[in-house]
Amino acid sequence: MLTMVSVRNFLSGSHSKLKFAFSPKILDLDLLNVIMVLHQIQSVILKYGNETQELLKWASRSGNLGLRVLWLILHFAVTICKVRYLAMVIDSEEAQELSKVFELLQWVADIGVKSVCLYDPEGVLKKNKEPITQRFSSANLSEEAAVNGRLVTRRNLTLEFVSFEDGKEAVAKAANYLFVKHYANGTKEKSDFTEPQMAEALGAIGSGGAEPDLLLIYGPTRCHLGFPAWRLRYTEIVHMGPLKSMSYGSLVKAIFKYTMVHQNYVTSSCGTSMMRKIDLTDAASIVCILLRMFFFDCRTKVKRYLLACMSN
Amino acid sequence: MDEDSSSISRVLSVGPVPDHIAFIMDGNRRYAKKRNLLDGAGHRSGYLALMNMLKYCYELGVKYATIYAFSIDNFRRRPEEVQSTMQLILEKIEDLIKEESMVNQYGVRIYFLGSLKLLSKPVRLAAERAMVATSGNSKSVLSICLAYTSSDEILHAVQECCGEKWDEGSALESKGAGNGLVFLKGNENGKIKPSIVVKDLEKHMYAAVAPDPDIIIRTSGETRLSNFLLWQSANCLLYAPPILWPEIGLWHLIWAVLDFQRNFSYLKEKTKLS
Repeated sequence: MLTMVSVRNFLSGSHSKLKFAFSPKILDLDLLNVIMVLHQIQSVILKYGNETQELLKWASRSGNLGLRVLWLILHFAVTICKVRYLAMVIDSEEAQELSKVFELLQWVADIGVKSVCLYDPEGVLKKNKEPITQRFSSANLSEEAAVNGRLVTRRNLTLEFVSFEDGKEAVAKAANYLFVKHYANGTKEKSDFTEPQMAEALGAIGSGGAEPDLLLIYGPTRCHLGFPAWRLRYTEIVHMGPLKSMSYGSLVKAIFKYTMVHQNYVTSSCGTSMMRKIDLTDAASIVCILLRMFFFDCRTKVKRYLLACMSN
Repeated sequence: MDEDSSSISRVLSVGPVPDHIAFIMDGNRRYAKKRNLLDGAGHRSGYLALMNMLKYCYELGVKYATIYAFSIDNFRRRPEEVQSTMQLILEKIEDLIKEESMVNQYGVRIYFLGSLKLLSKPVRLAAERAMVATSGNSKSVLSICLAYTSSDEILHAVQECCGEKWDEGSALESKGAGNGLVFLKGNENGKIKPSIVVKDLEKHMYAAVAPDPDIIIRTSGETRLSNFLLWQSANCLLYAPPILWPEIGLWHLIWAVLDFQRNFSYLKEKTKLS
């Protein structure tokens, strides 16, 4: 059975020895190390994708019940379609806390979402576009590779910045665009405008953009604060609470819930079973994220429990 | 409304009461399946639930109510289902116009919002009759979204604005007041100023008969707006109780109103800023 020490040694010999002792004094450090180890496992899994697939296939064939259960959990938990385009509405006052925004975006990138639309009504995030995009640009990728001595597969994040003026004002501009294109030549066109024409007009005036799959609201109320109407038609809207009390767990839960709902929609409409072909490397990666989240969030509780045990 | 609920209503009225509540009545078909009823029975139960909710709203002092009765997307359902839904809608519109209905009891003026030209002739005529019959009522308003989607509403508003600007321009042209580019204002520096503004668009929205909603309630726990009042919901509280529409009751409305009252100052501030 793999122990933390042997896993750690397997991955690299350059880090300090891990003391996985249940002593409260070094518990903080130990759990932090556990999280780091899990992060490294995730990187390894992403790198050695094929090997992982073979391991999990072997686990399914082996008589080991525990491994088989893990394999089933892996399939069940992650037969998912990913969130292709995520939008986040952030209350403008809370958006001033850029450190929180950076942290949130880092979590989103870790989960594997590739495209994010950031909205706040007053355009605070738009004004801070440069520092935010710099943080998540591929310029950082080579830096990280140099530190680790090998290329870590880092998910790139495409960011879009939207504010209130990209909503109603943009539609008014698009209306003027359509007017100039179809009416101002002197003849009144008989046919009605179509949705593709409207989408084209919005694109032409610089307020185009895809409709997000999922919209997360970070603010005191469940209210989309004027997110462009044309892009909100069938978007799932989830209220996450204020930005200051954001948590990794609730973010993962929201994305997970979205993908499960859409999995059910796809399978019930197609009449197929829950098990469909998945990318096992991504599946294993997400399990690692869930485990990491579990350790991260339970750290205090575990510490308290162990302190109580030690004192008895 | 019974004594208990009217007392609750009086207590709630101490705080700000929403002016306009909108409902997405989701879950009728699932309700019918759950209770092993025939297909149409879910919608009929839904109609009873709707009448109750409207009564509670008007008693509470909510002046405007909007309901999402039939989306343009719903035309894509099975033809038999569309047919039976239209039949039910026709039947219920006739019921609403009757003398003893809730509509006259509460002085409700009815509007039908949507691309009514997509409806069959009997339904369209019934809708027009209902609007005429209740045009004298002024205590409350019920907007029924029929053959409606927000994207269609926005397109319609854009179309109307363009047509209006063209007519204005043509009128000026015929008076000899302008040059070839009379359609577009402010040509002093050779720059063309846009002439269609947000106010013009809002004038031509189907939902212009009522102010923006304060609360949108969608039942069955779905978190999408499904192309409903997207333009008007910028500073609107979204409430999504997990119950099916025919199961909705007074307590859900009370919960929504309490949530609205808790967030009133925040939402009001956001409305001012926009």
